[in-house]
Amino acid sequence: MTELGTVGRGPLVTLDHVDKWFGELHVLQDINLTIARGEVVVVIGPSGSGKSTLCRAINRLETIDKGTITLDGQPLPQEGKALAQLRAEVGMVFQSFNLFAHKTILENVMLGPMKVRKQSRADAEKKARELLDRVGVGAQAEKYPAQLSGGQQQRVAIARALAMEPKVMLFDEPTSALDPEMIKEVLDVMVDLAKQGMTMVVVTHEMGFARTAADRVAFMADGRIVEENTPEEFFDNPRSERAKDFLSKILKH
Amino acid sequence: MSEILDNFDLVLRAFWLTIQLAVLSGIASMVLGTLLVAMRIGPVAVLRGIATTYVTLLRNTPLLIIFIFIFIAAPDLGWFVHTPFLVKGVIAVTLYTSAFVCESLRAGVNAVPLGQAEAARAIGMTFGQNLRHVVLPQAFRASVPPLASTLIAMTKNTSVAAVFGLMEATARMRWFTNRYTDDTITIFIVFAIGYIILVEVLSLGSFGLERRWKAAR
Repeated sequence: MTELGTVGRGPLVTLDHVDKWFGELHVLQDINLTIARGEVVVVIGPSGSGKSTLCRAINRLETIDKGTITLDGQPLPQEGKALAQLRAEVGMVFQSFNLFAHKTILENVMLGPMKVRKQSRADAEKKARELLDRVGVGAQAEKYPAQLSGGQQQRVAIARALAMEPKVMLFDEPTSALDPEMIKEVLDVMVDLAKQGMTMVVVTHEMGFARTAADRVAFMADGRIVEENTPEEFFDNPRSERAKDFLSKILKH
Repeated sequence: MSEILDNFDLVLRAFWLTIQLAVLSGIASMVLGTLLVAMRIGPVAVLRGIATTYVTLLRNTPLLIIFIFIFIAAPDLGWFVHTPFLVKGVIAVTLYTSAFVCESLRAGVNAVPLGQAEAARAIGMTFGQNLRHVVLPQAFRASVPPLASTLIAMTKNTSVAAVFGLMEATARMRWFTNRYTDDTITIFIVFAIGYIILVEVLSLGSFGLERRWKAAR
């Protein structure tokens, strides 16, 4: 595995005055966020605060109504081939895994490299098996997604995203659909990835992960980024009332 | 009884024509129906409009009227003048059936969770790749029961060709009943069994596919 995304420290993803409405609901309000190469940004906040929408906007699974998002200096294309090419550079891991249900684990990881990157079957398979071993599900390669546990499926989903050799990885609540005993196995893979220098945007409720792996925490509420800080500062000395309130609710138990 | 058995080769030849009509129309309908569903769910508004209009027109027109158009009206416009009857029959059945195939497949597409298409988009697949490698294969699996019904109806619908000079099973049955008027019950039973066997092959095929794809969904 080569070092990922550690070339320079310039901004890789920039959100500039981004606004989005769902009908009347102003889900993203004047969002400004810059993510540097190799940086791990954890986005936390109460449900309905717009954090998932923010994450999905970065590869344009959600369109935005105002403002600009740039990846590696390029504004996101509107649609078509150019948008597809951009998405190939952005790995995405979903809350509900979304592995291709009709394909084996191995085929799930090979599909993108073969069809989008036009790699040969042999190359794609070699890479896929390496990645599956790396996330600890190499032995399941010939099975179908429905035959795996949630934690295993999510690790496969991470391998599938990594197979595209993305510049940045987006995680949209990757452990929220998992049974408690499976959360750690997924977080371990993510922590490894962070240590290797992958640029990551992680929407999560896992405060432990935020503390150990994040370079920065962005706290969202009501469609705004209310507070941005290092994890230590954010958790120990939250500045905003909104963040204090949120932390008191989740950290009590 | 003996007349129909003595002429059993005529029965077999008639069913062979029915099979040809059904297989050729079935393949053509699946291809055209798939194309139509791709247009209907695609991002291009003009193509969506064309496919929707096609489905509305062809699904709402009786098959007999489509046959009359292809065999009688169209040649007046200079179309299909020298086209063999079998081909004309296949065209008529296909025009009609493809609209139903499109709708069966669309039901299947709607059964594929949105996350599947999103995951495909997220790894950089274009709309076409997404359809071909992710959405349609799963839609086909979900559509097997309605598609089987559509193809079964189509197989029986090939009997409309009897009216237009194609000596397929129904035409041959009428030929027998006109000629051997004492034996109509036997003739009916023989031809009914023939159709039942054809349709049962389709049912068994669909059942087999459903079982085979059970794990991979």
